[in-house]
Amino acid sequence: MKKYLGALLALPMLVFAQQSERVTAQQFVDLQQGQNAHEGFRRAHAKGICVTGEFRSNGSLTDYSNAAVFNKGAHPFVGRFSIAGNNPSAPDLKAPVRSLALSFATSAAQQWRIAMNTPPVMAVSDPHTFYQQIKAIQSGTIAEFFAEHPESADFIAWKDNYQPSGSFAAEQYHSINAFYLTKDNGDKQPVRWAMRPTVNVANTSFDGDDALQNELTERLTSGPVIFDWVFTLATSEDDENDPAVGWPESREQIVAGQIAINDWQKQLNGDCHEINYDPLVLPDGIEATRDPILRARSAAYAESYRRRAVEVFNGAFEEQQND
Amino acid sequence: MTNRFSLTMRIMHWAMAALLISMLAAGLLMVRSLEPWQLSLLTIHKGFGVVAAVLVVVRLVIRLAFSVPPLPQGLSRLQASVAKLSHGLLYALMVLMPISGYLMQYLAGRPVEVFGLFRLPAALSVDIEGYAIFREMHGWLAIVLIALVIMHVGAALHHHFIRKDDVLKSML
Repeated sequence: MKKYLGALLALPMLVFAQQSERVTAQQFVDLQQGQNAHEGFRRAHAKGICVTGEFRSNGSLTDYSNAAVFNKGAHPFVGRFSIAGNNPSAPDLKAPVRSLALSFATSAAQQWRIAMNTPPVMAVSDPHTFYQQIKAIQSGTIAEFFAEHPESADFIAWKDNYQPSGSFAAEQYHSINAFYLTKDNGDKQPVRWAMRPTVNVANTSFDGDDALQNELTERLTSGPVIFDWVFTLATSEDDENDPAVGWPESREQIVAGQIAINDWQKQLNGDCHEINYDPLVLPDGIEATRDPILRARSAAYAESYRRRAVEVFNGAFEEQQND
Repeated sequence: MTNRFSLTMRIMHWAMAALLISMLAAGLLMVRSLEPWQLSLLTIHKGFGVVAAVLVVVRLVIRLAFSVPPLPQGLSRLQASVAKLSHGLLYALMVLMPISGYLMQYLAGRPVEVFGLFRLPAALSVDIEGYAIFREMHGWLAIVLIALVIMHVGAALHHHFIRKDDVLKSML
């Protein structure tokens, strides 16, 4: 009898312990923004530069997806290069992760937001463990964290080999999470994609906090920055719902075309600043997988966007715009 | 019983009651949750938001076309005014909730998908300050609506169990 009573008492405790590990969107964004939020800026990847350009589609994905973006031709986008972190004036070359985001507004009803990072995989497979990972980075215990999380193996393998380049134009940016390309007939192909650079820039002579931004704006004076848009097709052996596990290099790849970046704007002057690059804003022809980290992104991005939208409305940038 | 709402109005009332309560609960959950069902719930919320917008138009037409039972005897003037005002506010919120919900999506450049059938247009150029206005409006109106629904249920129960009149029965 006592045993059952003990079990009965333990059960709610266990449930509670499980619950307490569940992180909300608000807790997540609180952790990202830190003690002193930078008003009006994104809570993550706060420092960036707006770019504009076009995707020159070669039409090779129309067999897999109904998305209008894949139709042969040029599709304009509003993009943003950024670095990881919550500080909008952080030094470019110190950031561990660099990013490229794109927004396609093909028509009023068909829009696509893409957010890509330099790592090809996540270190963990769900948002609650990701929260613990960020805490471990902030408290300097990331080595211990990785030791306790064998699922980080693919991420660590990438990290050990990764050499940051001297240019935003020379990085490879990954979708990280997998998505489905879909056709009207119900066909679904799980894919990941990457923007593959077409230049090699080992180092930059630019220095200072804005080294990467200055390198980019200088580079754009002599012509567009080009990336190949490469899709990797999963097979039934790959788990599209686990963002921590890479797919073998032997998987079929399709180059859908090239993106050409032609111009740039300071982030507070460009169109990119007002955009929430929530990767779950998807057009017909692309669908989200069940990947728990992908699925957590809408709520977290929305919370960050809501906070900075109110701050912008309340005049967070009025002083900056006067100088 | 003659002192009863028409069948159409009763069906509308209970259908929208179920819809509104589900939408409010979904809304409170989906702005916090990082679970994999969050995206599905968000998508359903938006689809049913469009349904609610259509239903409230139909409901307003019906409300104007049919007569409704009079308020019960013996209410003070103040009680009668509060009853009328709260009903007016409920209708106003039923209209404003889907409008503010759609406009926040529109201004953020997020086309609203309706049950995989079609998408409503969104702005081609995002307006973050406009988004701020309608996002905050949607959130605050939801809280006002929750308070009004609680008041409305409380009043119905008060009529039934304390005043022992036919107000609750007229909607059953």
